[in-house]
Amino acid sequence: MTAAVEAEVVNRAPTLEVVDLKTHFFTKAGVVRAVDGVSLRVAPGEVLGLVGESGCGKSVTGYSILGLIDPSGRIVSGRIAFAGRDLVRLPEDELRALRGSRIAMIFQDPMMTLNPVLRVDTQMVEAILAHRRMPHGEAWALARDALAQVGIPSPERRLKSYPHELSGGMRQRVAIATAFINKPDLVIADEPTTALDVTIQAQILHEAQELCRRTGTAMIWISHDLAVVSSLADRIAVMYAGVIVEEGRASDVIGAPLHPYTRGLLGSVPSANARGTRLAQIPGMTPSLINLAPGCRFRARCPRADAECTSEPAISEPLAHRQVRCWRPHLEGAMP
Amino acid sequence: MSVVGTHGEAEIERPPTGTAAAPETPLRRLMADYFESRLATAAFVLLVTIIALALLAPLIVPQNPYNLAEVDVLDSRLPPGTKGMAGYTYWLGTDGAGRDLVSAMLYGLRISLAVGVVSCLIATVIGAAVGLIAAYVGGRTESLLMRLVDLQLSFPAILIALILIAILGKGVDKIIIALVTVQWAYYARTVRGTALAEMSKDYVEAARCLGLSHARILFRQILPNVLPPLIVVATVQAAHAIALEATLSFLGVGLPRTEPSLGLLISNGFEYMLSGKYWISFFPGVVLLATIMAINLVGDQLRDVLNPRLKR
Repeated sequence: MTAAVEAEVVNRAPTLEVVDLKTHFFTKAGVVRAVDGVSLRVAPGEVLGLVGESGCGKSVTGYSILGLIDPSGRIVSGRIAFAGRDLVRLPEDELRALRGSRIAMIFQDPMMTLNPVLRVDTQMVEAILAHRRMPHGEAWALARDALAQVGIPSPERRLKSYPHELSGGMRQRVAIATAFINKPDLVIADEPTTALDVTIQAQILHEAQELCRRTGTAMIWISHDLAVVSSLADRIAVMYAGVIVEEGRASDVIGAPLHPYTRGLLGSVPSANARGTRLAQIPGMTPSLINLAPGCRFRARCPRADAECTSEPAISEPLAHRQVRCWRPHLEGAMP
Repeated sequence: MSVVGTHGEAEIERPPTGTAAAPETPLRRLMADYFESRLATAAFVLLVTIIALALLAPLIVPQNPYNLAEVDVLDSRLPPGTKGMAGYTYWLGTDGAGRDLVSAMLYGLRISLAVGVVSCLIATVIGAAVGLIAAYVGGRTESLLMRLVDLQLSFPAILIALILIAILGKGVDKIIIALVTVQWAYYARTVRGTALAEMSKDYVEAARCLGLSHARILFRQILPNVLPPLIVVATVQAAHAIALEATLSFLGVGLPRTEPSLGLLISNGFEYMLSGKYWISFFPGVVLLATIMAINLVGDQLRDVLNPRLKR
């Protein structure tokens, strides 16, 4: 991204702004604070990488935006500003009108997200007709063009296929084409490349990025894989135990992480130049989200923790365009 | 238009499988699997023959057994092969009212099949709707509907049918109401179980994320996936319905005596069994047996073919 484009992205009104979102699950064992005060924003055409371990609340954040939390859970507080409205307070039927038309979702496993007994065209046309009134033939032509856009050759033939006749990469392309088919303002992608092999993964990443740039669609790319996100996202938000601990431009976060957790994550990625040496681990386990001790959530596993960390750190902006939730950020390595 | 991803061709183009002319649709696959078994093929042929005979009965048989002008009481209880007053041979003999047994049986088969199929279709629609709604809505609605199903299934079918017939009276429509009442619960239970399993799958979540309405998700996304077990249950229950109708008719509470179904024919001949006039009960019994067996065999094979876990 050039500096000019970047400045434009920052200046444009954000497509989505989440403010202090809290989504809790009320279980027999206690209240699971899966998302506990997340704030983020995405601008048109921008890709935000939402990174974290399993169970850190990144997927729940995505589902909260779509208003599709399982019955035991509920958005306790916060604001989700989208298209001039607060999604948290929107009635279900208005939310449903937004889903699939203005906000779309791409899932992890393309084997599972297509209906196995319906042809590809049936499913794509259904997605169009759920939100727009048009003749069936016109919708079919739209579906064909959408498949062509994600690089599927002979889309007419593919439209008449059943999902089991397509390869994994193709199915995910179909899922992406379906997500983009109603020209949404926001696409939430929940680890869409995890189930694919590496070469296909690279193609899919490239295509998703292209689509966003071309259509001005904002995207939240949820992943546990920093390597994937760093090659795709404009900005990265790192989540830990229900909160965002660090956020900034992708190159900054990867190049000079401020939060000890981000550092730990980067250190545990295998790389070619460290062959034969033991990978750095983050000691300990992710804390249970039921009985969180007060203070910094990463305290127990953090090499830099001290007495001050027993009180909860607020989000701060020690450097331009960089936010971190830590009392002891790694400022020494970062360029001022 | 394809700006991106042309580098993916190698992965995308797969070698065509099978004959190029026949794209593999689920139906084609199903048929290929079904006709692998010779027994199932034979059962299918038998069933088709039986249905064809029933449909074409008025064109085949020498006599309209319901037209009293064509039936001669003097010809009653003639043994198979006797030549009658009207000039044609009664190949399977005649019954107590002088009807040609071949004609009476094929006409009776029409009634038996019609009652079985119609009640089965109505029960399928009601049961599937109840099962789908119970699974989708959940909560109290589900508990209520499923307890109703349990209650229904806890009584013997014949008992409920007898009570209903006693209240409603005789007639084809009453029989169908009785059969639907005792059968919808099987469908509801099967469909609910399958639908619950389907609903935990990602494609339902994906459909929700596409903003599809509840009705569309339920009837266009989940229903097609519930069809295989539904078809199997429907086949087996159609056989049950025919058997149950025969039972009710045999007990004399089903259909009017003037238009006998297979069960009524068996019942009519029953009193002559001990006096050696076996044919009046025997041949309708054989046809009933063949029909039910054919349907059950077809149903069994469908169950094997439609169940992905039993795939060889």
